[in-house]
Amino acid sequence: MSHVTASKVEPQESPAVAADNAPVLEARNLTIRYGNNAAIKDVSFAVPDRQITAIIGPSGCGKSTLIRHFNRMNDFVQGVTMDGQVLYHGIDLYAPHVDAVEVRRRIGMVFQKPNPFPKTVFRNVAWGPVINGFRGDLQKLVESSLRKAALWEEVKDRLNDSALALSGGQQQRLCIARALALQPEVVLMDEPASALDPVSTARIEDLLFELRQRYTIVIVTHNMQQAARVSDYTAFLESGKLVEFGETDQVFTRPKEKRTEDYVSGRFG
Amino acid sequence: MSAESWPAPRAPGTLDRKHSRRWREEAIKGVLFVCAVLSVIVTAAIIAVLAGEAVAFFRHVPVWDFLFGTRWTPLLEPRSFGILPLVGGTFMIVVGAALIGVPIGLASAVYMSEYASTRARSIVKPILEILAGIPTVVYGYFALTFVTPLFRVVLPQTNIFNAASAAVVVGIMILPMVASLCDDALRAVPESLRDGAYALGATPFEVSTRVVIPGALSGIVASFVLALSRAVGETMAVTIAAGATPKLTVNPLESIQTMTAYIVQVSLGDTPAGTVEYQTLFAVGALLFAITLTANLAAIRILRRFREVYE
Amino acid sequence: MTALLAPSDNLRRRKRWASAFRTLCAALTWFCLVLLAVLLVHATREGLPWLDVQFLREFPSRFPERAGIKSALWGTLWLIGLTAVISIPVGVAGAIYLEEYAKRSRLNAIIDVSIANLAGVPSIVYGILGLAIFVRFLALGRSVLAGALTMSLLILPIIIISAREALRAVPNSIRGASYALGATQWLTIRHHVLPAALPGILTGTILALSRAIGETAPLIMIGALTYVAFTPTGPMDAFTALPIQIFNWVSRPQQEFHELAAAGIVVLLTILLLMNATAVIMRQRAQRNRS
Repeated sequence: MSHVTASKVEPQESPAVAADNAPVLEARNLTIRYGNNAAIKDVSFAVPDRQITAIIGPSGCGKSTLIRHFNRMNDFVQGVTMDGQVLYHGIDLYAPHVDAVEVRRRIGMVFQKPNPFPKTVFRNVAWGPVINGFRGDLQKLVESSLRKAALWEEVKDRLNDSALALSGGQQQRLCIARALALQPEVVLMDEPASALDPVSTARIEDLLFELRQRYTIVIVTHNMQQAARVSDYTAFLESGKLVEFGETDQVFTRPKEKRTEDYVSGRFG
Repeated sequence: MSAESWPAPRAPGTLDRKHSRRWREEAIKGVLFVCAVLSVIVTAAIIAVLAGEAVAFFRHVPVWDFLFGTRWTPLLEPRSFGILPLVGGTFMIVVGAALIGVPIGLASAVYMSEYASTRARSIVKPILEILAGIPTVVYGYFALTFVTPLFRVVLPQTNIFNAASAAVVVGIMILPMVASLCDDALRAVPESLRDGAYALGATPFEVSTRVVIPGALSGIVASFVLALSRAVGETMAVTIAAGATPKLTVNPLESIQTMTAYIVQVSLGDTPAGTVEYQTLFAVGALLFAITLTANLAAIRILRRFREVYE
Repeated sequence: MTALLAPSDNLRRRKRWASAFRTLCAALTWFCLVLLAVLLVHATREGLPWLDVQFLREFPSRFPERAGIKSALWGTLWLIGLTAVISIPVGVAGAIYLEEYAKRSRLNAIIDVSIANLAGVPSIVYGILGLAIFVRFLALGRSVLAGALTMSLLILPIIIISAREALRAVPNSIRGASYALGATQWLTIRHHVLPAALPGILTGTILALSRAIGETAPLIMIGALTYVAFTPTGPMDAFTALPIQIFNWVSRPQQEFHELAAAGIVVLLTILLLMNATAVIMRQRAQRNRS
């Protein structure tokens, strides 16, 4: 079902990355088009290992398109074409020999609106590993995933209840647990807290700090304060172009570009 | 989780496609595709079967004689294969059914969408669905044992088998279809159009007839065409109640025969395959299919071409 | 001051038209209820005296007092059972392909138009098709199998259309969640989409089958016999069905046979009522689960 075609370039040392952290995920001269309109134009940056990288920008700048490209979720959209590469440990994710299914096992995703399956809490977390051939102790895996998502204490007596009976914030943490159960290396989050109330949002932000120790996280957010609070690195996108990428501290307090400064100080967007 | 549970991500080649998985997905997709394509195959089969035997038929009987002849006696000497009496019979049924089904169906749709309370609507809609779900044999029975005696009380010269009873019953049969399709069309007209008219001081009658109905016209007309197509193809009610005497007449109180009733008559008899009589079955069937297909395509065309754009 | 808002003559006239129109529409609509009631009362009144256990157990006979619908009832059960087994998998499979896999292409547009057309083809044309292909060409004779295959063709478009609607109603977020966990398309459909769409599919299937139960013309075409004194024991047996039996009785001139037909109608309508009630309950329960 893949409509995207990739170009062949040898992996090289890429510029925008801190020296001691090798990039897990990298976009290189990435252009993404819907039909004739380019949603992402020549974007290059590298996502460092076990850090939280935030992608910010005004609405419509292409943040969702970009993050969905990292785990080949754009394969399901008709009419999408691309130039450039997305590299995962140096492997081009869009090379013809690469299986999108394998990609998504290693690069997980949490969506904006919580979307648990209409099944029990347990089945929600266990389903991903089971279909991917997991043969270990399922109970332990489910428990540890729910603990990592800070949900275990609240649902440990309700594992066989329907996931839809949980509150919005709980459902989103369940979706995080579900993604973590696959033991991914990278977790992509597309505005994970925007559909939630402030209390749930705060809990998810706390969660991110803990997850950072084991997972590389890329988070799209339209909430600048959230990006400033939570992330280590920030990419600022505008109309599909990468305006600036750097450590969050630097991007927010000493931005190199005027556009960046205008955006983070609230002058537009 | 032990290391054997998951293949390490950085090992070379672990992102590669698994061929077995790909083959299974493609095989499943293939099976599903065949099931979907079946509909095209069935359509082609219908055309092939009807056309095949019809062509053989037209080798014996000239097309002109068939389409425009006025005597239909394929089973009795002297043989005549003019289909106009059957077409006339079908036509009478369709006209009669339209006279009943169309106004009542449209009125019901207008009532349901413009006037009825939610409670009234929740009663009327299921009733119409029940009417639509009653098998046609039951309607045939009703025509013969209830409607015809009723007609005979008022007009004693009515034949036991007559076109009028069948037409009445077919009308009842198609009215739920008209009502349901028109209801959908009327409800698709945005509230803002109605509001605008009411704000200008129009009465509900004027809003319905001058704004809403014209605003849903393509759907309404399409529903009429589809309902008439259904009436053309109606078989059991006319077989039971309208008679088996093909004749060209304008008197609905007489016994007639429709195209569909003729096909049933031939099947009930012992007609050996390969004879001209057997082939009449396909010739009439082909004409019937052609008429309903044209009507259905016209309805789809009307919907697509004249679909109102409200924004 | 009240004269300011008093209705003019013009408005009074127009309002009279408005209420007349409303009354007309309402009257015609409730007339449908009356029609339905008359129909049901008439059939029940004529048929109920003949409806007893013996009626359900006896075979048809030349003598009205001894006639029953046993063969027709069993024939219908066999017919619908086989039809369900054939048409449901094929119809659901086709719907899955069209909703989940098919991209916008010439062939798929043709398939869509074909299905819409086939839904409007008169049932007797399906009978002609069944006669030519199943009875004659495949030499299945006047068997239950030929009847079931013909009926399957008839209701296939209905099943496909309603199954597609049920699949379409499954929110895309479920599919997205499944794919993001590394599932293939078929796994996603099998574990998530299909179970979620199942109540809608079942409802549509039951309605399609209830349409098949009442169809007579195709069965006459393929040669379902009208006088059968045995019940089928296998798919290749000859058979009769409820609507055929009713038709047979109605076609006779004697009053008693008309009343027998009414009794058969009561049985047929009861079966239909049960099936439709099941479908409605299922639909309501599915809607309740969703919210």
